[in-house]
Amino acid sequence: MAQAAIELIGINKSFGAVRANRDINLEVTRGTIHGIVGENGAGKSTLMSILYGFYQADSGEIRVGGKPVSINTPNDAIALGIGMVHQHFMLVDNFTVLENVILGAETDALLKSSIAKARSELERLEREYGLEVDPDAIIEELPVGLQQRVEILKALYRGAEILILDEPTGVLTPAEADHLFRILKQLKEQGKTVVLITHKLREIMAITDTVSVMRQGTMVATRVTKETTVGELAELMVGRRVLLRVEKGQSEAGAIKLSVRNLTVKDSRGVTMVDDVSFDVHGGEIVGIAGVAGNGQSELLEAISGIRHAVSGEVMLEGKPIDLTGKADPGELRDRGLAHVPEDRHHVGLVLAFEENENSILGYHDDERYLKGPFLNVDAIMADAKDKIEKYDIRPGNPRLKTANFSGGNQQKIVLAREMEQDPGVLIVGQPTRGVDVGAIEFIHKRLIAMRDQGKAVLVVSVELDEIRSLSDRILVMFAGRIVGERGPEATEGELGLLMAGVEHQEAAE
Amino acid sequence: MSTPYAKLPAWADYGLIPLINLSVAFIVAGFVVMLVGENPFRAAVILVEGAFGKGTGIAFTLFYATTFIFTGLSVAVAAHCSLFNIGTEGQAYIGGLGIALVCLSFDSVLPWWVIFPMAIVAAAMFGALWGFIPAYLQAKRGSHIVITTIMFNFIAASVMVYLLVGPLKPVGSQAPQTRNFLAGAELPKLNWMIELFGAKIRSAPLNICFLLALAMAFLVWLLIWRTKLGYEMRTYGHSPKAARYAGISETRIILTAMMISGALAGMMALNPVMGDQHNVAIDFVSGAGYVGIAVALMGRLHPVGIVLAAILFGMLYQGGAELAFEMPAISRDMIVIIQGLVILFAGALEHMFRPYIQALFASVSPKSVGMQAVKGKGA
Repeated sequence: MAQAAIELIGINKSFGAVRANRDINLEVTRGTIHGIVGENGAGKSTLMSILYGFYQADSGEIRVGGKPVSINTPNDAIALGIGMVHQHFMLVDNFTVLENVILGAETDALLKSSIAKARSELERLEREYGLEVDPDAIIEELPVGLQQRVEILKALYRGAEILILDEPTGVLTPAEADHLFRILKQLKEQGKTVVLITHKLREIMAITDTVSVMRQGTMVATRVTKETTVGELAELMVGRRVLLRVEKGQSEAGAIKLSVRNLTVKDSRGVTMVDDVSFDVHGGEIVGIAGVAGNGQSELLEAISGIRHAVSGEVMLEGKPIDLTGKADPGELRDRGLAHVPEDRHHVGLVLAFEENENSILGYHDDERYLKGPFLNVDAIMADAKDKIEKYDIRPGNPRLKTANFSGGNQQKIVLAREMEQDPGVLIVGQPTRGVDVGAIEFIHKRLIAMRDQGKAVLVVSVELDEIRSLSDRILVMFAGRIVGERGPEATEGELGLLMAGVEHQEAAE
Repeated sequence: MSTPYAKLPAWADYGLIPLINLSVAFIVAGFVVMLVGENPFRAAVILVEGAFGKGTGIAFTLFYATTFIFTGLSVAVAAHCSLFNIGTEGQAYIGGLGIALVCLSFDSVLPWWVIFPMAIVAAAMFGALWGFIPAYLQAKRGSHIVITTIMFNFIAASVMVYLLVGPLKPVGSQAPQTRNFLAGAELPKLNWMIELFGAKIRSAPLNICFLLALAMAFLVWLLIWRTKLGYEMRTYGHSPKAARYAGISETRIILTAMMISGALAGMMALNPVMGDQHNVAIDFVSGAGYVGIAVALMGRLHPVGIVLAAILFGMLYQGGAELAFEMPAISRDMIVIIQGLVILFAGALEHMFRPYIQALFASVSPKSVGMQAVKGKGA
């Protein structure tokens, strides 16, 4: 029998009245990739934080390599050969790769020998695991995929035998994620143990040997990956059956509601991010924009919604021209029937410190329905918020609760409810389900399709190719600021992937 | 799990924690008093009795509190829009200029109840103007408001020195101040209010500005939490990106917030100028603007908290003056140290004891920190 690298026995952890972990038992076999899935708030991160010494369990036992251990600080964990790659990188942005790797593991005051030693050690690690990265590059100049590699190198440099990765692909492009998986497989072949925390079931199926499912603080099941299905895992996570692919009828495209011609947008550094882009969105259809993050989709959304000024281009909204170069104002666009669910709901779409009801009028606070002269009509706002909570099943259903205390999925529902209930002609949505649990994804997709069926024009930008393919009636692919191709929903992942990677097709140029 | 500690019930959050912070500040202050060889318990008794023991003491405490309510509200309004207005001092000083112009022009012809509203408007306008310039520079030129408001305090001081030793000084006078106002520019005292409760008052400067300050506290609450403008200010304060998304003009909201903040600061000058001194003298603000920062922070930017914090600081001012008088070893500077300790523990180290109290609450009564409804039920 293979030896267990980690055993967690009867782990309990409460925060006040919240039982984040209840009687968790987990055994991770040495030299395997072990996935832990669960919705946001299921207790995955808490469990791993206990293992890494950020929190102490209220009760229970941890064994590493068969021996009971007590892990009180991350340093204890590192000494036991446990390394962690966090969801949000813990790197010093203006240090080099090498400096980051030795940070906290310096052996002398002048650093000279530390650096020399680290350099040769890094070269060895790069060779062994295919973790190529320039040791002298400055962190902030590296793409996120490489920054993550540095995090992995940091852990390995400290002698990690067991590597915990917390939602590692949340920030990666599909290609970067694939590369990460190759690295993880290589690590496994070298005898390392990998624990992968994620809520993306496809990743679990693609790479893990064993998978454990958590729900509401308990460990509900452990399966051998080969013997389970995505459907079973989703059901275990949510506790009920989940539709993984949205059911939708044929679209009935109507008149053009949003028409974009020759739109060019620069970012704050003056780099052209959207380059001469033209497209139309008809009423009654969902147009999806696919692309690797950073190819101009964010800037395109910001320009169309008036948040960022375009350099040039003509845009028609509901048949009337609108000037997006210089004078555009999100409020005016909203008045003219354009609703926007922004990509970044934490900083743009919501004010997390506000009560739920205050966020349910953000952007529409000028509307006389919510006002009595210069005063807010608190009664009307509350009634409206309660109505939306009911319609969109926002939980917990308390409009006085601080927005930061809602889960990611419910926060997104607050934004969607606000934007959709204004009955806009055009709805533009950035990353509709980023950081949203499986159950809520299903709900959000159904709502978007319902909008389409009401004859609205819907523009969706997402880096999740699956989502684009299952929602869209037409798919536009963006690469380096340009639209490099249009495909129907039947397009294969490989075909879209090539376009997203900028591989020129004669027929794609159109 | 982003909330390692559960939430506290409101009464503990807003009552117990400030009380503990304050107690610690006074205990540490007690040690300082011991160091200079005085009895800390006697000092505490003198301080509290000086502030609240007699009618006159209470009146003086509330007089100082009035000033701090205005400056505290001023800082808080800007802070809700995430603007750190350190220029309250200068805005109040320039507000005094507005009052001086009104009073010097009309005090011989009009009664106080006509001059007072005019002076309120003038004080607010002059203060708002002094807040407007840094706000404009911030909104249009990106000059940081902390830097510019500090610089504007110095500019205000220089302008006032020039005016008070020059154009505004009566010919032949040796003092750098305006002539004394006539009866028309003297505000009625409120001492009768305290005498209603049976206390005796010799002479104290408490005047109707106290009521104005309370009214302003209510209006600020209304503004921040019940108006569209306040909603927009808070949105911008929490997240400029969300404000942009919501179609709120950055320039407009910065200018408006700073002008309201400056107006409140300017109105502070009514209290000492029309209520007490009956002239405008050099440096009459004497640091009240900076105290306002501490008052606003300690009051958690909420008008009720600000009124309470202002009374606390009023007590420290009044009781501290008594203490310096009664205990020669304790100088004025010692009082500043005690105030500093209050600011340190109640402002800067506000959250020091929070984790322990939360742990205590969680173990004694898990239901009181009830977060159960929030977590683990996400869709």
